[in-house]
Amino acid sequence: MKVVGLTQDGVTNLCLEGELDHHAAKSALIRIGQIIDAELPHSVVLDLCSLTFMDSSGIAVVVHTFRRMKELGGTLTVVNIPPHAFRIFRAAGISRMIPMSERTQKNERRTYKR
Amino acid sequence: MKSLNEMTLTLASRSANEGFARTAVSAFVAQLDPTLDELGDIKTAVSEAVTNCIVHAYPDRVDKIYIRTRLFENNLVEIVIRDRGLGISDIDQARTPMYTTGDAERSGMGFTIMESFMDRLQVRSIPGKGTTVTMTKRISMRLSGNRL
Repeated sequence: MKVVGLTQDGVTNLCLEGELDHHAAKSALIRIGQIIDAELPHSVVLDLCSLTFMDSSGIAVVVHTFRRMKELGGTLTVVNIPPHAFRIFRAAGISRMIPMSERTQKNERRTYKR
Repeated sequence: MKSLNEMTLTLASRSANEGFARTAVSAFVAQLDPTLDELGDIKTAVSEAVTNCIVHAYPDRVDKIYIRTRLFENNLVEIVIRDRGLGISDIDQARTPMYTTGDAERSGMGFTIMESFMDRLQVRSIPGKGTTVTMTKRISMRLSGNRL
């Protein structure tokens, strides 16, 4: 699991790459926390376009990032969620709590080009 | 009921093995020619069950996790994941969404995800002896016919 952060105008884009399971969750959370603490953004966009697997560990990662941003008075949006991961967020009911959008084919192509 | 094919796998309860466990089971099930969605469902359910063994069954030691996958007539897959760990005293409570005894990076959604991604989930546990999770799922029939 790789976490890549890019901040521009107070918005931090965090791209999660690889497999997000229990094994990867702890280090991903630490890395996300470090980036947020260093950049202190007013909003974070969690980009899951390069996620190849996710289980319920992803719920904890998103909820923790959401709480951290709330503490800072900022916002969190989760974008490009693979359909499979989106089902997990829906089952946990957090798609009603945190703004989220599913990955579409168009987004996939755009990501591929970039 | 006699199985058409089966495999067993014994793993050390190290978190580095979570990826191997789900990939191995899905590679074995692949001979039924499942859709990518079905394989994703199975991978996720196996990942949840194996994580439970690592986090809850053996919280302070590394021990063995036993996985048996069997394939039956009509594309039925059965996955049994067993440990000889602490066991669960209240299974209904453990299966409640958002309930967890784990720490910060756990969500309490493991059993809920297994239930929603598989057709059937059975949990048997004896405190002090261990837990056995049995999950079944029927893989959709393709018009062209499945391989097995």
